[in-house]
Amino acid sequence: MTWFRKEKGIQNPTPSEERRVKTEGLFLKCEGCKAIVWKKDLETNLQVCPKCGHHYRISARQRLQWLLDNGCYEELDADMRSSDPLHFVDTKSYRDRLAVTEQQTGEKEAVIHVRGRLGEMPIVVAAMEYSFIGGSMGSVVGEKITRAIETARAQRWPLVIIAASGGARMMEGALSLMQMAKISASLAFLDQSAVPYISVLTDPTTGGVTASFAMLGDLNIAEPKALIGFAGPRVIEQTIRQKLPQGFQRAEFLLEHGMLDAVVPRKEMRDYLIQALKFLRVRTG
Amino acid sequence: MSDLERSIADLKERIEEFQALPPSQDQQAELRGMRQTLEQLRRRVDTNQQKPLDAWERTLLARHDQRPYTLDMINLIFRNFSEIHGDRRYRDDPAMICGFAMFDGKPIVVVGQQKGRNMKQRIFRNYGMPKPEGYRKAIRVMKLGDKFGLPILTLIDTPGAYPGIGAEERGQAEAIAYNLREMAKLSVPVIITVLGEGGSGGALGIGVGDRVLMLENATYSVITPESCSAILWKDQLHAREAANGLRLSAQDLLDLQLIDEIVMEPCGGAHTNHQETANILADRLRFHLAELEKTSPQERTNLRYEKFRRMGAY
Ligand SMILES: [Zn+2]
Repeated sequence: MTWFRKEKGIQNPTPSEERRVKTEGLFLKCEGCKAIVWKKDLETNLQVCPKCGHHYRISARQRLQWLLDNGCYEELDADMRSSDPLHFVDTKSYRDRLAVTEQQTGEKEAVIHVRGRLGEMPIVVAAMEYSFIGGSMGSVVGEKITRAIETARAQRWPLVIIAASGGARMMEGALSLMQMAKISASLAFLDQSAVPYISVLTDPTTGGVTASFAMLGDLNIAEPKALIGFAGPRVIEQTIRQKLPQGFQRAEFLLEHGMLDAVVPRKEMRDYLIQALKFLRVRTG
Repeated sequence: MSDLERSIADLKERIEEFQALPPSQDQQAELRGMRQTLEQLRRRVDTNQQKPLDAWERTLLARHDQRPYTLDMINLIFRNFSEIHGDRRYRDDPAMICGFAMFDGKPIVVVGQQKGRNMKQRIFRNYGMPKPEGYRKAIRVMKLGDKFGLPILTLIDTPGAYPGIGAEERGQAEAIAYNLREMAKLSVPVIITVLGEGGSGGALGIGVGDRVLMLENATYSVITPESCSAILWKDQLHAREAANGLRLSAQDLLDLQLIDEIVMEPCGGAHTNHQETANILADRLRFHLAELEKTSPQERTNLRYEKFRRMGAY
């Protein structure tokens, strides 16, 4: 089973070099409808194609900024980094991979956890950064999410976790695997203290992240067309040796199979969460 | 027959089995990988080096088809095993065995993945890869044990949870996630033993307990070395490097403070003597169960959480 797989070979055929140069920076060809879309239109539309509604992947910080009141948040454990506990080396060393990733993304790990306000309610949010080694979960991601859960429990503030991950991080071996148990055990206590937890699954959420906290919300909701699953589509194809049906493992497919509470477009996400948290009230006294 | 010779015989058999499957590109790549490993093992025999086994050799040993499987251990350690079937949601999963049994004259609940020893059994047991209904059956039976105060012993031996269309449709991820959370809440003593292959989330789905033990040659890993090689090296030829890099042996897991104890195997490995393996394991289970019964349910669940809470290095 594969929890983290580099995406490759699924880009749309790129336009001819000449055309690309002309349009570079201003327009792009939509991954969803192939129409030429003005980038500025995408930006003002929360990175959702105004023509077909295709949801582009966005960074964790962008999400937090759009989600929380006035785009304000207080980040916690911002400096926590992986210590490369296994001294893992594949075609390059994990240490180098971390350094390069940090340089490229400006992030130190694949999750950001914050305190902020949502519809004036104090709230704890953890948002995963897919561009950081595929949003994979190692010790730091596990620790930060566990701390977010513990903060929510101690403060009795609602918790929202926004998942975007290929699963457990191979370069930390079984340490990554056990983060699934650590986080889920922590959620057991949150569950018992009746503090609400809403899981938001975004494209893509697979492997050990889906098989732990992402599926354990009081509500599990997803963005349209998000890829969500346990095994990645390629692994399944290799195992069963046949092509997968259209739309398999997409958010709508999971909704139809009873695995999600709702599919919520990005534009409505903030209002949806505010509304939902009016029903899932933190009980006091 | 030495371990090395057995690994060779095992690998040869796997290659034969594999050749019988309909051909595909991936299969060819995997075959090449297996043949290369076979060659490496043969060379080891030739030079007659008696180094300790590396992680890859242990991986092969953990998958050895004469290794004691869950039902072998159940029959050798417990009395009056009475199997409980089905998840009451969809169907019974033969890759997951659940039931009541007597251990030292006391009732317990036992849960574990089951592999098959011949082709027919392997297909019936789905190579020890449970589907969501397997995990749902497991937690149902564990909760039954919890309700009636029966200690829970789980035996892990799986390449992983099954990756298939039906398994995804029925929520493989949700089934495992739910078990992870609910096992943390169980009020009775829970002892986990990794018998053979501890294949990632599919293993962990019955792996949250007060004690986690691992047989000496068992493995516990976030991903199989073969898949790790395929993803990071883009081929199947680096499985040995991946196995060593992933630190998946019992000693590694103990060093990383992810398990509590290594259960020694008889001289030559667990596959050479099931009865002795069972005797050693029974002894350790007896010891830990007695220890755990000294603590209150509340204290036990707190300690269980603290144990998993500490896992990780950053
Ligand atoms: Zn579009």
